[in-house]
Amino acid sequence: MLKNFTCIMCPRGCSITAEVDGTRMVSAEGNFCPKGLEYVYQELTNPMRNIASSVLVEGGELPLASVRLSSPIPKDRIFDVMEEIKKVKLKAPVAMGQTVISDVLGLGCDVIATKNVGRA
Amino acid sequence: MRQIDTVIIGGGPAGLSAAVRLWEKGIRDILILEREHQLGGILRQCIHDGFGLTRFGETLSGPEYAQRFISQVEALGIPYVTDTTVIDITEDKKVTAASRNGMLEIQAKTVILTMGCRERTRGAISIPGERPAGVYTAGVAQSYINLQNKMVGREVVILGSGDIGMIMARRLTLEGAHVQAVFEVQPYASGLPRNILQCLDDYGIPLYLSHTVTEIRGKDRLESVVVSQVDDRLQPVKGTEKEYFCDTLILSVGLIPENELSLSAGVVLDERTKGAVVDEHHQTSVPGIFAAGNVLQVHDLVDFVSMEAEELADSVAAFLKEGELRSCSLAVKTDGNVTHTIPQRISGTKDFKLSLRVRRPMKDCRIRLLQGGQLVGERIMKKAIPAEMIQIPVKAAKLNEKEDLEVKVIC
Ligand SMILES: Cc1cc2nc3c(=O)[nH]c(=O)nc-3n(C[C@H](O)[C@H](O)[C@H](O)COP(=O)(O)OP(=O)(O)OC[C@H]3O[C@@H](n4cnc5c(N)ncnc54)[C@H](O)[C@@H]3O)c2cc1C
Repeated sequence: MLKNFTCIMCPRGCSITAEVDGTRMVSAEGNFCPKGLEYVYQELTNPMRNIASSVLVEGGELPLASVRLSSPIPKDRIFDVMEEIKKVKLKAPVAMGQTVISDVLGLGCDVIATKNVGRA
Repeated sequence: MRQIDTVIIGGGPAGLSAAVRLWEKGIRDILILEREHQLGGILRQCIHDGFGLTRFGETLSGPEYAQRFISQVEALGIPYVTDTTVIDITEDKKVTAASRNGMLEIQAKTVILTMGCRERTRGAISIPGERPAGVYTAGVAQSYINLQNKMVGREVVILGSGDIGMIMARRLTLEGAHVQAVFEVQPYASGLPRNILQCLDDYGIPLYLSHTVTEIRGKDRLESVVVSQVDDRLQPVKGTEKEYFCDTLILSVGLIPENELSLSAGVVLDERTKGAVVDEHHQTSVPGIFAAGNVLQVHDLVDFVSMEAEELADSVAAFLKEGELRSCSLAVKTDGNVTHTIPQRISGTKDFKLSLRVRRPMKDCRIRLLQGGQLVGERIMKKAIPAEMIQIPVKAAKLNEKEDLEVKVIC
């Protein structure tokens, strides 16, 4: 079966057409680089996504610090990870790059802060 | 009056990138003026990732991307003031700004315009109906949720398929809201395919093309919107009306460069971009006044904003050293398939990058750059979409100094 994919590995956003047999990729075209093939393979077997959100900060110059994951997680775990992120409350100061939750839900990646928040 | 070599108006990625590059080139008499309390521009609220892959080779969130430049500005000791709004620029480059400590008046040798853009609002597209609370532009909703910790609503409809709107569709969903649909008046999406996939498709949010909101209902708070299909001329089709019950309507209907100040300085604007007409040096119609970033043309990728501002800084450094830049008497002309180009004027003696957007989605096309019928640059594209800014490098060696440059798309 022919299937269309929009690669999200980089801003180029190649549209890739692949011949697929179940979760197996038989052939593919339209990808500018090998990452496109990797992406199609991943989409067929275990789609991965990164997410961003915010956590509460106590005593900070801003009420929130933005966070993201250090690497992508399986798409079907996004809402589980969001639940974990919602539980967190940090104390100012927060430093960009700081680990907020390490190895979140055992998925092998960390939730990290993406903004400096100084004390109020 | 205080004299300064270069005043930079706006401390977003464009302003910061220009400042760092100027400093590296030995131009030290610089001042960045920023209206907000912090540097970084709009990226402070763009917390999703996907920035920096082109510029830094890794994918960062908006605040991290901005922080890279803020840290450099701090480390180099480049002078800046925040909480300071520029209120006037004159043609002879007097800059007036208002701050908590009163008025600031500066005579600059060069001025860099990097004020970014603002969002189109509902007024600009005038939907009939009531004016209840619960209608936000995507950027305002983004600021509420990501900076101020205020949730905007629970049942959401989005009008316009701009990137910020789609990114907010995902953000709102992650925060527990229900996004019913995105409606786009054009027959194609105005945002990037990758955002349709990872912000809408991933969360089962439908995108309806050729649809628009034709009525807003509700007394104090929004209660529902009426959506209609539109025909080829974008006019609502009678009998297709459907009511969606929602407490929030998010508008993602485009960005407009912020150019009131440019006009007061006598800078000529381009009807198409709503930004300044610039030459290959990023110099506006007023010698010594330059523009880059979203104030010049709406970008879809901040990496290109930084690179544009860095090229601008090279020209500003040359202007300060030599007192003027080579005049650009050749026009860049486009056919109907291209909405605009940057720059609009060239000299034919310098390498430059031509930025452009196509007017509608096209497949298997060639974008050809010609001078007197001679091919001087070309980009072959499997698909070209209006959502994406296209950049084509042009080499001076291929150009002459006599003929205008023509941009043609052949499908
Ligand atoms: C709401 C919104 C969301 C966006 N989200 C994304 C996104 O998710 N991804 C993406 O790639 N791009 C996004 N963009 C595009 C984004 O703006 C650019 O990628 C990039 O931030 C442009 O940089 P800039 O420096 O040109 O403008 P900006 O980042 O807008 O910076 C302009 C700066 O100038 C300051 N300023 C303006 N007028 C004055 C004045 N009179 N005096 C002093 N200072 C002034 C402003 O306060 C601001 O700090 C978004 C744009 C908007 C409007």
